[in-house]
Amino acid sequence: MSFEFEGKTYETDDDGYLLDLDSWNREVAGHIAEMEGVEMTDAHWEVVDFLRNYYQEYSIAPAIKILIKEMKKMFGPDKGNSAYLYNLYPAGPALQACKIAGLPKPTGCV
Amino acid sequence: MAEPPAEKTAVETVAESVINKNFKVPELIGEINVPRVEDGYRRKGVTSAIKPHMAKPAVQAKVGFPETLVDNWEEAAVKRLGELLEKYKSLQVYLDICVRCGSCTDKCQFFIGSNDPNNMPVARAELLRRVYKKYFTTEGKIFGKLAGAHRLDLNLLSDWYAYFHQCSQCRRCSVFCPYGIDTAEISMAAREIMDSIGIGQKYVNEILGKVHEIGNNLGMNPKALAATLESTEEDIEEEDGVPVKLPLDQEGADVLLVTPSADFFASPHIESLIGYAKVFHQAGISWTLSTAASEAGNFGMFIGSYTQLEKVAARVRNAIGELKPKRLVVGECGHAWRVAYSFWNTLIGPFDTLDPRYPAPQHIVEFTLDLVRRGAIKLDKSANDEFTVTFHDSCNVARGSRMGDRPGGQFTMPRELIKASCNKYVDMDPSTTMEKTFCCGGGGGLLTDEILEIRVAGAMPRMQALHAVMESDGVNFMALICAICKAQFTKVLPKYGIPMTVAGGVHQLVGRAIELGAKE
Ligand code: SF4
Ligand code: SF4
Ligand code: SF4
Repeated sequence: MSFEFEGKTYETDDDGYLLDLDSWNREVAGHIAEMEGVEMTDAHWEVVDFLRNYYQEYSIAPAIKILIKEMKKMFGPDKGNSAYLYNLYPAGPALQACKIAGLPKPTGCV
Repeated sequence: MAEPPAEKTAVETVAESVINKNFKVPELIGEINVPRVEDGYRRKGVTSAIKPHMAKPAVQAKVGFPETLVDNWEEAAVKRLGELLEKYKSLQVYLDICVRCGSCTDKCQFFIGSNDPNNMPVARAELLRRVYKKYFTTEGKIFGKLAGAHRLDLNLLSDWYAYFHQCSQCRRCSVFCPYGIDTAEISMAAREIMDSIGIGQKYVNEILGKVHEIGNNLGMNPKALAATLESTEEDIEEEDGVPVKLPLDQEGADVLLVTPSADFFASPHIESLIGYAKVFHQAGISWTLSTAASEAGNFGMFIGSYTQLEKVAARVRNAIGELKPKRLVVGECGHAWRVAYSFWNTLIGPFDTLDPRYPAPQHIVEFTLDLVRRGAIKLDKSANDEFTVTFHDSCNVARGSRMGDRPGGQFTMPRELIKASCNKYVDMDPSTTMEKTFCCGGGGGLLTDEILEIRVAGAMPRMQALHAVMESDGVNFMALICAICKAQFTKVLPKYGIPMTVAGGVHQLVGRAIELGAKE
């Protein structure tokens, strides 16, 4: 599968996740977010940036608990919890936030 | 001028599916309405377009299957079926002895939830049985369709691909069949045949590829695994003030714990991992996780492939060789426990380097419960006072294996451990528990989002029974011992209007209740 955005073709897997991590940029992330019905705020971007940095180091997305711990650092204790995370990304951090961040879809018994 | 539509290839026909994102979620009425068969017939085929993504050629190649539908697929499929009949006598028996008594018809959660009669276990099995009759029985060869025989044409193959992926291989039907016909085994055979002709399911085969390449279903490499464990240790210390460790690759540790990799990644899974760690810590038993065996799950079973089953299990044997533990314990995972309990000894045994005084393999529930019974660890039930707990028997544990040394241990032991961890416990409707338990709806390789519609439908019976105890007894925690169940419920509960936090692990409760620190 693939989609067009600003004159460029982006290859994706069957579920719309970018195949090439390096084809990602903020504009296309915004576009994916729009398709997902997510309105990106600073907090959304912070999560996306963290996911991408983590992925670059570990070749996998962080465990949800690690992401939440990081959010605690970024936004303070009231927002470092799973409710807030689902508030940002209603379809779930692993599925939706990873998609917008251009990471592959996490699979397994998750 | 518009171009005429290109003709669909055979593979495209089989793969052709419809993803309906706005499907209707069944209403929670607190009871399980079984569809009337007469009504059902009007719905025949309604879920035939719900199919999982097909594995791409590269994925197929990685697990050693043909990359795409082979040219002589019908012939090849029949040949493979013949080989399976030779190899598994039970398969032939199951195909021969069904008398169509109808006992199984309304026992499958996917039929109850979808009302599509093709999801009746007998109808599902019939998809394969027709082909068996056509090529392997005298009456089928002579009387053909009159005898219910049918060649494996493209339409039938499409139905195979749909309906053998709407079966979670939970074996509930077999409990009600007077002959013990196990439709799960028929499903496995059908998937194995499909793989052998180049029709694979993406979710399962991609994951098998990851296990071979990286070591676990998640594709979590050793560096990421180590970092996750370290971060989890920090969390525990911060929360409880006790330096509980999550050791990795410690040669000579007493216990090797093999657990689903989801325990290193997902929530609530990771809470059970914390629970196991606290148990080992407090009991003072040295233990280790292993990068080589960083996966308890074994998706080889879902596709009926003995080769894959063996190859995945071999990682555990390697870890034993490398780390030289005395005991082998398995974390919370339904089908993994079935594989471990029923097949590990044959596949990777004998475990003659392990200490013969302990069961090998041993379930983590049995391990912990033994410590509780002996008073080696103490649980403070009041730590879980905010919960009224119920227990969902995972089908692969309930019907595919046992636990402990007494019959029914797989039912009593988790309950005993839960009751030792909390003050308020209630069981769900007995027609939905123990050997009659319903599947969560995501087992057997169905835990993939493109078929969420059938997962939600399949979860319906369990949701009704859960909803009933939530209403009557205020249940707000459903304890689980299966990684797939945890993931499936976390996803499906909100669809039914139930908070996802209602789903959690048995060792999540244990981890909260355990008294850490110096023993008296
Ligand atoms: S094994 Fe389970 S899912 Fe499959 S047909 Fe039987 S009851 Fe249904
Ligand atoms: S209960 Fe057994 S014998 Fe009866 S229809 Fe079902 S599979 Fe056939
Ligand atoms: S996922 Fe859980 S309930 Fe479903 S098939 Fe597996 S063990 Fe059974």
